[in-house]
Amino acid sequence: MLYGLMAYFDAPEKLLKAIGALKEAGYRRMEALTPNPVEGVERLLGGDGRIPWVAFALGVLGAGLALFLQVYTTLDYPMNASGKPLLGWPAFIPVTFELTILTITVGIFLYLLYQNGLPLADHPAVRAPGYVRVLLDQYGLFVYASDPRFDLEATRALLESLGAEVEEVRRA
Amino acid sequence: MADKPHPDHDLIQGEWTEKTLVEKLLEPVEKPPPRPWRVVLAVGGLLTLVWLYAIFVTFVRGLGTWGINQPVAWGFDIVHFVWWIGIGHAGTLISAILVLMRQNWRDSLNRVTEAMTLFAVLAAATYPLIHMGRPQNFYWVFPYPTHLALWPQYKSPLSWDVLAIMTYLTISTLFLYLGLIPDLALLRERSQGWRRKLYGWLSLGWTGNAVHWQRYRAVYVLLAGLATPVVISVHSVVSMDFAYGLVPGWHLTVFPPFFAAGAIYSGFAMALTLIIPLRKWYRLEGVITERHLDWMAKVTLASGLGVAYIYLLEIFIAWYSGEPHEWAQQLWRMTGPYAPYYWAMMLINVVLLQTLWFPRFRKNLTWLFIFSILANVGMWLERFVIVVISLSKDFLPGNAHLYYPTWVDWALYLGTIGFFLFGLALFIRIFPPIAVAEMVHLFHKLRKH
Repeated sequence: MLYGLMAYFDAPEKLLKAIGALKEAGYRRMEALTPNPVEGVERLLGGDGRIPWVAFALGVLGAGLALFLQVYTTLDYPMNASGKPLLGWPAFIPVTFELTILTITVGIFLYLLYQNGLPLADHPAVRAPGYVRVLLDQYGLFVYASDPRFDLEATRALLESLGAEVEEVRRA
Repeated sequence: MADKPHPDHDLIQGEWTEKTLVEKLLEPVEKPPPRPWRVVLAVGGLLTLVWLYAIFVTFVRGLGTWGINQPVAWGFDIVHFVWWIGIGHAGTLISAILVLMRQNWRDSLNRVTEAMTLFAVLAAATYPLIHMGRPQNFYWVFPYPTHLALWPQYKSPLSWDVLAIMTYLTISTLFLYLGLIPDLALLRERSQGWRRKLYGWLSLGWTGNAVHWQRYRAVYVLLAGLATPVVISVHSVVSMDFAYGLVPGWHLTVFPPFFAAGAIYSGFAMALTLIIPLRKWYRLEGVITERHLDWMAKVTLASGLGVAYIYLLEIFIAWYSGEPHEWAQQLWRMTGPYAPYYWAMMLINVVLLQTLWFPRFRKNLTWLFIFSILANVGMWLERFVIVVISLSKDFLPGNAHLYYPTWVDWALYLGTIGFFLFGLALFIRIFPPIAVAEMVHLFHKLRKH
């Protein structure tokens, strides 16, 4: 079964140009695979501007939970510690700070995994014979065979005309 | 290629392509290890066994096997707890603060120093656990509903400490792991058999999708931004364990910055101690250049000067406050039975430190290596001065007692050093000690744009 076509470019600029050209031609189902972050790719394939806001919300949640924890436990078992006021808020700052950071850290990590669809057991592009190169020095573009515009010959010709080395990706 | 080379062009020296660079960086994992690695592993492993035995003795026979007494109820264990936590800090600083400052030279150093952080914090965290005397009840420090209806006391720095260390351990582990994911994917594709399975599971199926990379970068920088204040907070909180006490020599508001500066100083020193041999054994001169070591020496100097300043300030505060016990404590440090420790600390952290002002000393790797070890000895002495000397004489002359560590104390200390080396040796055998994806990215930035 044919999964799609994998195109290898030797420079990120060529990859960006190719994504633009394919989008123009009406292709929708493709994935760029690169060894490191490529600037400008989010403009073409969409990025995620929500991360700072998710982190902020997690921070508010963490701070709230931490304050609740401290106030609740103090009121539940009131104890005079070295003459400080029962709800002496300055003494609550360190724990609130640490729990806020802890909540953001764990939460944003899980959010990243969720948004990226990880952990992932298998991915068709990984079956490309030369796949390892996109983790090394090549910039890959994987076009799914399920794309409505996909045509084995025409798509291959289009990618090659954009300066790519193309491989078919099939189930072994 | 542009006409003018990138200002950081010399951070990667030698003729490389992406392929050869990756091969080089993966050598510690893919090629048989050099002989010194086996020696480190063996020595570290043996000392780890000694450590486990000492912990066993502590658990079976109790804290009476340690040298602690009244008033020195906090002996070696807290000296070493603070020492190890301090060492851990440089790793996070290199990886987090330097990310935020967009310093390209961090890329060669961050992985190994983050691993250093992880094992140093693990080594540190065992001390409070075994010092509890009833380690099976360690979970009492967490807020859980109990039939006693008791909760932890959140106005106490000890409770802050628990949360600070836990947060720190979590954030540094996640940060290290996040940085590893792309490299694990690369290793997965390059290995076979059980190794491929292991790296496959650990890499979570990372494919290098460009959109994933965007989110990954955003989260990475965010975690760096969060890790930075955590580092400062952790050692500040640790210092408040002391500063909240009324013991002369502890009760100072200058403790949080004092401890933070000391942590950076000892952490960078330990990083130099590890990186200089690592670079030589694995022939990494092309990626860990003399410029990297020079920068690390400069940071060591800057933070060490902060420490030296506060030593002098402590003397001034003791004198200027007019508080007789504080001043008596200062004189006890300088002239009492522990005076050699105090003056050795001053010699290393104030006098010998000044050599790093001069490029000829900073560029001399032998001296840099020796000094990095001395600096850690100096910082150990500092913790000893703070904990043991301050406690051994407080307000009443009749309370004064000297502290004599037992063999268990020493075994626990050497044991954590062994565990630290053993852990690091295994780490660099399984995971690349230099962040491959970051280096390739840097290479691309420096050579192609």
